[in-house]
Amino acid sequence: MNIHERSWPAEGLTRIPYWIYSDRDLYAEEQERIFRGETWTFLCLEAELPRPNTFRTANLGDMPVVVTRDKDGAIHAFENRCAHRGSLLCLKERGEAREIVCVYHNWTYDLTGRLTGVAFRRGVGGKGGMPADARPDQHGPRQLRVEIFAGLVFGTASASVAPVERYLGPEIAAKVRRVMKAPAKLLGGYSQMLPGNWKLYMENVKDSYHASLLHMFFTTFRLNRLSQKGGLLISDDGAHHVSYSMTADIAGKEYERAGMRTAQAGYSLEAPELLDNVDEYGDGIGLQILSVFPGFVLQQIRNSLAVRRVVPQGLDRTELVWTCFGYADDDEKITELRLRQANLIGPSGFISMEDGAATGFVQRGIRGAGDEQSVVEMGGSGTSSEESRVSEAAVRGFWKTYRRHMGM
Amino acid sequence: MDIERQLKVQDLNARYVETIDEGRFEEWPDLFTDDGHYRVTTAENAEEGLPLSLIHATSRAMLRDRVRALREANIYEAQRYRHILGPARIEPAMDGSLRARTSFMVARIMHTGETALFATGLYLDRIALEGEASRFVEKTVILDSRQIDTLLAIPL
Repeated sequence: MNIHERSWPAEGLTRIPYWIYSDRDLYAEEQERIFRGETWTFLCLEAELPRPNTFRTANLGDMPVVVTRDKDGAIHAFENRCAHRGSLLCLKERGEAREIVCVYHNWTYDLTGRLTGVAFRRGVGGKGGMPADARPDQHGPRQLRVEIFAGLVFGTASASVAPVERYLGPEIAAKVRRVMKAPAKLLGGYSQMLPGNWKLYMENVKDSYHASLLHMFFTTFRLNRLSQKGGLLISDDGAHHVSYSMTADIAGKEYERAGMRTAQAGYSLEAPELLDNVDEYGDGIGLQILSVFPGFVLQQIRNSLAVRRVVPQGLDRTELVWTCFGYADDDEKITELRLRQANLIGPSGFISMEDGAATGFVQRGIRGAGDEQSVVEMGGSGTSSEESRVSEAAVRGFWKTYRRHMGM
Repeated sequence: MDIERQLKVQDLNARYVETIDEGRFEEWPDLFTDDGHYRVTTAENAEEGLPLSLIHATSRAMLRDRVRALREANIYEAQRYRHILGPARIEPAMDGSLRARTSFMVARIMHTGETALFATGLYLDRIALEGEASRFVEKTVILDSRQIDTLLAIPL
């Protein structure tokens, strides 16, 4: 069925139709309307381009992108596509270079993405070459608008989307600044190939209700129990969110009363130093998960800091690229703490290994259910900030923004 | 390097993969010394000198915690591994222990019947020879790829 013949369920944001995760035409349209539309995409940490004449590759949705720091220190981003035959310009993930040379026919670009040389443009020995009036630079890679906000490099294909800070809104921007309070130092990275549509992962991130139910490690060690004080902040347009919780538990026995598996097992760590933790922000917040529409996550889990890029790789495949960092002035002890707490996150993370699989469980579960819909009624039907995290308000916020971009 | 040492390393490697592939995870920490280190990282991180790991344990107690989490807390679909190891190249370390480098390939077999090549890489090991019972003092798993399919629950 053509997507324009589909309609959103009459109940509104409390119902998510399952065809939204499995419609091929929709996937292509999302790339255009969302990822190459009026949105900002996180490309990399500024710290990933440490010196002039460095580059790294990234994505705007599934469009390949090169991000560079030029000889004068300015950051640029442009499509990773040669003006000539469309080949990838940069084949390496990252590196140092004064110019970028397409391997296919040696066309050359400077680090701003400007075509500077065409091999044998005038031919050889007066023969061959391009006509004198050829304008190959008119087919050059698309330039992105770039903005650096609190050490994060964002890019957009849109000339009209508001600057990043206004795009985020004041509350979310403040929470980004909270974590990006000092220059970042890279600790490393890895990626995870998730067997589900990209939207399933973003919903998972925004779903504060699942966190302590799917991730039993969290619950048992009081890292994030819904009885801990915390809350949910959602930007006015619903697009971005922050879920946070305080380190201290208000000592509820709700989990024990509800008879949760591990809450009863008396499960304790033999090596509790895994959870050693320093309050670096002086606000008692032990966990802050922040998402920016369409595909960016900034994470503080105790002292473990990471950015995650959600890169669609097809209708039912999503790459999740993790980059962990600390601060440039970290001493050895806090670095060791961050590295140890990295056991909590990523594809082997005690509290995050289930997320990737969960997107696959939905993708597999709905194969015969395109015309059915999921029920998203925790916390009512609204999309505004609230104290309770037993809520799907941020998930509804995601769909509010999604529908606006898609004209649904 | 005498043959007896070579055989001891070969035997430890064989017991290591057998323990994991047969799902006897509770016995896995016993193949390490008390303060044994176990890390899983990527070749990319290692080449760039970046210290991040996917799994980072600095004691047998931490390994036992991981096993208990796998058994009691974490959710993952039923799956098994099959490790195939290359020959270990060994050399003596200063403190009387041995260093060993061993290539590995791991197939993952899901309960659904799907079998796929899941990981390849290198074990960089330091091994204490304690009479009959050789143990890992340090095992660093360097993954050739930075990319993990879905999740890495069972240790490599």
